[in-house]
Amino acid sequence: MSLSELVHEPLFGVTLTVAAYAAALKLHERWPRIHPLFAASAAIVVLLLASGIPYESYRIGGDYITFMLGPATVALGVPLYKNAARVRCHAAAILAAVTTGSVSAILLSAALVWSLGGSMELIITMMPKSVTSPIALEISRQAGGIPELTAVLTVLTGLIGSMFGPALLRAAGVRDDIALGAAIGTAAHGIGTARIMRDSEQAGSVGGFAMGVAAIVTSLLFIPLYAWLQ
Amino acid sequence: MDVTGFALLLGFYLLGYALQSGLQLPIPANVLGMLLFTAALFLKWVKLEWVEEASAFLIRHMLLFFAPFVVGTMVFFPYIGEHALQIIASLLLSTFGVLLTTGWSAKAVDAAFGKRRPGKNAGAKEDISG
Repeated sequence: MSLSELVHEPLFGVTLTVAAYAAALKLHERWPRIHPLFAASAAIVVLLLASGIPYESYRIGGDYITFMLGPATVALGVPLYKNAARVRCHAAAILAAVTTGSVSAILLSAALVWSLGGSMELIITMMPKSVTSPIALEISRQAGGIPELTAVLTVLTGLIGSMFGPALLRAAGVRDDIALGAAIGTAAHGIGTARIMRDSEQAGSVGGFAMGVAAIVTSLLFIPLYAWLQ
Repeated sequence: MDVTGFALLLGFYLLGYALQSGLQLPIPANVLGMLLFTAALFLKWVKLEWVEEASAFLIRHMLLFFAPFVVGTMVFFPYIGEHALQIIASLLLSTFGVLLTTGWSAKAVDAAFGKRRPGKNAGAKEDISG
């Protein structure tokens, strides 16, 4: 079997991803400032670009890895159940904050792209980027944006929130698990939630809950916008 | 990893998928699956000990499952490069803005309702991330 055939096997993408992640975790344990997802993904991108292996070949195996996001998201029910008492006594704060955050996510991204001279298409593409990618993609399609680009921007938003969010919030005086989890789950969906889950199960469970609420609130907020954007 | 737990998680994901595609709901299958699964835990249809180990494993390594998505952004590097200022500035500023707006609102509402409890990490003792 030649090398070019080998990279078309699903095994190639699966092995490369798991190996890069394992190495990135080792680096993260040694230097906690290194974000495991950023380091692993950057290493894979550099390797693909340097070797000339097409992204489409890598993706064959990559799809097996992302499939696991399904059961992993369902699994977020466990920490939510275990921390239910705490979440319930802060439910008003979480719901109010997630709604405010979801509105500000739509308005802020639209205002910023508009003020920087972006096209209407780019404005719509950017608007839903804080919610979990399957929803963001669908909203972008219905509103007349570029769904594939929305998916990419959603992932980058999650990565930015995941990398800088915890430090930014702590510097801004947001230190308790409830407010931290609500902010990360609203702004940076699953990628942010997966990151804070490593520090605190309680913050992570609020993050998972906030992510779900933000997804529902944002879907509802866009219903009047569809008519206006047509 | 505990296989019973993994089977249950896949089962709820499948249930979420069936509901989402059958009823054309505007909520993704995995989020629906999570809501149904959480409800099943509260109703004691699913016992915590059946699913705890499998869930802990999947959640601990959730960042891994996002890696191919982040790698996939490379296809759009040329487009992002063309609109670099608009895209990068609004990605960073709006994400920071949403983080602060949400965080500060949660703090403000919590303070107004006077529901601050002692110890910010109380209840987080049993860490499933191992």
